[in-house]
Amino acid sequence: MLWALPPVAVLALVFLYPLALVVQESLAPGAYAEVFASASFREALVTTVWLAVAATAGCLVLGFVLALVIAFVPFPGGKAVSKFIDVFLSFPSFLITLALLFVYGTVGMANGLWTDVTGAAEGPFHFLTTPWGVLLAEITYFTPFVMRPLLAAFSQIETAQLEVASSLGARPLRIVRQVILPEALPALAAGGSLVLVMCLNEFGIVLFTGAKGVTTLPMLVYGKAILESDYAAACVVAVVNVALSVGLYVLYRGVSRRAGA
Amino acid sequence: MTSGIRFDGVTVAYGSNTVLDSLDLTVEPGEVMALLGPSGSGKTTALRAVAGFVRPASGRVFIGDRDVTALPPYKRGIGMVVQQYALFPHLRVDANVAFGLKARKAPKDEIPGRVAEALEMTGMAAYARRYPRELSGGQQQRVAIARALAIRPHVLLLDEPLSALDAQLRSGMLAELARLHRELPDVSILYVTHDQVEALTLADRIAVMDKARLQDCGTPQDLYRRPRTEFTASFVGNANLLPVRVGTDGVTFAGADLKVPVPGAAPGSAATLCVRPHLVGLGDGPNLRGRIVEVQWRGSTHRLYVEVGGHRVKADVRELKETPALGTEVTLHFAPDDAVLLAAGVNDG
Repeated sequence: MLWALPPVAVLALVFLYPLALVVQESLAPGAYAEVFASASFREALVTTVWLAVAATAGCLVLGFVLALVIAFVPFPGGKAVSKFIDVFLSFPSFLITLALLFVYGTVGMANGLWTDVTGAAEGPFHFLTTPWGVLLAEITYFTPFVMRPLLAAFSQIETAQLEVASSLGARPLRIVRQVILPEALPALAAGGSLVLVMCLNEFGIVLFTGAKGVTTLPMLVYGKAILESDYAAACVVAVVNVALSVGLYVLYRGVSRRAGA
Repeated sequence: MTSGIRFDGVTVAYGSNTVLDSLDLTVEPGEVMALLGPSGSGKTTALRAVAGFVRPASGRVFIGDRDVTALPPYKRGIGMVVQQYALFPHLRVDANVAFGLKARKAPKDEIPGRVAEALEMTGMAAYARRYPRELSGGQQQRVAIARALAIRPHVLLLDEPLSALDAQLRSGMLAELARLHRELPDVSILYVTHDQVEALTLADRIAVMDKARLQDCGTPQDLYRRPRTEFTASFVGNANLLPVRVGTDGVTFAGADLKVPVPGAAPGSAATLCVRPHLVGLGDGPNLRGRIVEVQWRGSTHRLYVEVGGHRVKADVRELKETPALGTEVTLHFAPDDAVLLAAGVNDG
């Protein structure tokens, strides 16, 4: 048992102690009541949850379709694309947002092309600074996180199963629905829950899009702590954010266990 | 739709690599045709061309009288069983068997009856509510067969269906397959295997394949007793393939004159004499003397390897009371009619 003490001590020092400090700070008298009563917190909570849920749903749909194509539709460069997915996972989130700004930003390529072609004073693409821009950036960035476990799961499916299903009269859509999807559910659940938790805590994308009126819980923590120096309120929001993440993780583990994943 | 399969000059190629070369073959309605050959011979490609998983570069594939060359697999109406069972792991046995019926939109009230019928036929009715992972290999293969039969196909494709089973199970399943075919006499079966015993046991005819081409085709008895090529002789059963020189009323082998039929062979030409080891005995007969170089006891028989003029001749003789010593000189004999003269080529046994 003694051998376990050093790692536990290190963990406690570098992780649990700061976390405990945050929780302790949040317990300042009246802090929770004040934060929960504020409209900005409730808005941030709703925005965070709907953005995370919508981004996760988008990632699941897009990731599933793209992974299906990469895994089951032979095309030149398919393996290179699969390898690129791994590399993509190492990219920082703001990089994707920056790339989207170049394409869809106010002075980005899309608007530039539009003004060049039509002679209009400005282009029509302004969604990047709205919640939809954040959603697009999050889906773009997090989709590979769903694809990776899916591709691993798809590689385990025997081609013979798909062929036999086809010979039995199943069309491609039925094969996807009744053969591939059920076997991919654990991977979908794993990828989806990971993306959900990451979206809940995403800071860089929201900050970089500069979306007006899009305040998520991490942004609120930043605002309270750095801009307003209201550490107690910042810690309350942070605790709520952590509780939300951990709660979802526990829910995921429960569902996974029931599904036998 | 009638059963039966016809390959009409079917060629399959991947780039410059031809994996099936101009196959012409007909499987009659209700017939069991074994495609027998080593790995890479093109037998599985031929089956996959019938199933629709490979598109011929040229030629046509017919199921019954219908040209299915351009049809997708789901429109071909075939049953298929593969080596690794390919059961759907998340579905129970009965749902696996019902899969094809639902895919073909069979009337809902008919499905339970047809599932039960297929499971009954394969002896798996008691396992209907189990998952595939709860079954043994043999049981899983029975379920795979039930799933293929449930859609009442006119053509059944079996791709090395017994290869994953141990010897005892394989023997039992062979008998089961033979029984199933007796119960379904109208179903044409294309049976891909590299195992000659399976082919000889089950098939009405055997198509022997090698190097992407059809080498020979005939009934098991024909191919075994009267092979037309060295490859068939060596792949269908075991054979002594002796390099001989054709004479006027026999052949010369290792300096010995052997009186065997030489129909149509030009005197003086080189040829190969095929004699099955179990038809070679010890004793008097043609002047074929040699020295025993190896002895294998095989229970009911002894396999003797006898060196005759630098060539090894195999002889399977009934178990000898005393195992002969290596180096013993013996005389081999076989009935002239048991030898088959093949076209030129040398292939020592």
